[in-house]
Amino acid sequence: MNDFTLWDIAQGLLLSARWTVLLSLIAFVGGGVVGGAMLGLRLACGNRVQTAIKLYVELFQGTPLLLQLFLGFFGLPLLGIEVSPWMAASVALTLNTSAYLYDIWRGCVEAIPRTQWQAAASLGLTRAQQLRYVIWPQARRIATAPTVGFLVQVVKSTALASIIGFEELTRTGNMLTNVVFEPFLIFSMVAAMYFAMCFPLTWYARVLERRQGLALKS
Amino acid sequence: MTYIFDFGSMSQYAGVLLHGVGVTLGLTGASTLAGGALGVVGAALLRSGPRWLRWLIAAYIELIRNTPFIVQLFFVFFGLPSLGVRLGQIEAAFLAMTLNLAAYAIEIVRAGIESVKPGQYQAALSLGLSGRQAFGYVVLPQALAAVFPALVGQLLIMMLSSAVVSQISVQDLTYAANFIQSRTFRSFECYIVIAAVYLALSVALRKVCNRLGRRLFAGQKR
Repeated sequence: MNDFTLWDIAQGLLLSARWTVLLSLIAFVGGGVVGGAMLGLRLACGNRVQTAIKLYVELFQGTPLLLQLFLGFFGLPLLGIEVSPWMAASVALTLNTSAYLYDIWRGCVEAIPRTQWQAAASLGLTRAQQLRYVIWPQARRIATAPTVGFLVQVVKSTALASIIGFEELTRTGNMLTNVVFEPFLIFSMVAAMYFAMCFPLTWYARVLERRQGLALKS
Repeated sequence: MTYIFDFGSMSQYAGVLLHGVGVTLGLTGASTLAGGALGVVGAALLRSGPRWLRWLIAAYIELIRNTPFIVQLFFVFFGLPSLGVRLGQIEAAFLAMTLNLAAYAIEIVRAGIESVKPGQYQAALSLGLSGRQAFGYVVLPQALAAVFPALVGQLLIMMLSSAVVSQISVQDLTYAANFIQSRTFRSFECYIVIAAVYLALSVALRKVCNRLGRRLFAGQKR
């Protein structure tokens, strides 16, 4: 059992890193859809919906993601809903991501001066058209950099799914450690792989930020 | 859907829960103080240290910010003993949290220092203060006042991410949750209650810190 070569370990970790990437994508796309829908609701509806959304965001940002995962994985089966680690991780991460993305995007939409809405309204655009043709194109520019930056958080947060038994990079690292007894080596490699996934995103977010700063100055 | 909620069975474990709250708050507080201090030192060195040190600090920040906290924790707890550094659970948790918080704190304090106008530093020098005095008495207080809310935010994020230290069997709040649910088999109620406690802690902690910030930086108009 104990004659794993370095290459075997690296291969095992790399293969499991695929699930980290996939889970990150699910969380990001799902979170984007839910967050976007909430933003739409907020812009379209009255105070009561806004309060509900605010509560939702506070709930997901004010409790540990780990407990949200536990609630999904250990809690839902008691209500008669059977969940696999896949399901629980995807749902919990999606909801968590949606709360943060909603918050980021709301800030971006609110950064657009009210007069832009009013000007668009005075041109006879409906509320949806105002958003689609006037506000969104401007808000999108501000939103790109923080959204890419947040993607780093999403990738990192998928590591917690290992605790409920989802087999991604961190869990495979743990299991390999139990077999090979080389924790220093293996966790260094795991960290290096996360770094390889996250750093390009961090760097790209920084480039976008700088570009946006230049655009604002000129 | 015939599930009947039963929060009553948890009541006898109030002691475990309180102990968990104590550990979580203690670890968060200690690592905030240590990480905050490292943050100030690191930001000062980033500003005026030798080039190799600045490079080292920048690399450290990138490394911490681009890897998950749980991997850092496992590295400290499982990995460091291979180098002969053997730490207990609490010490490992404290070290990992401090290292993590320090990286973010350096970034935040650095941004604060950059927000202070260079004229302030020059004015302090012209009053006869040494460079170090000008930094310590004039630039740094203004920088900290400017970024205090961001530091508080980071501290709250740390408190919530500290839930994973239960994985190396530190007896924090999440550990208490797992302990209670393994005894009562009431996992849903248990996690809901503990999540509510975390929520209450983060709301209360934010309030306390904001009040503290207002008192600490009372003289500064920002």
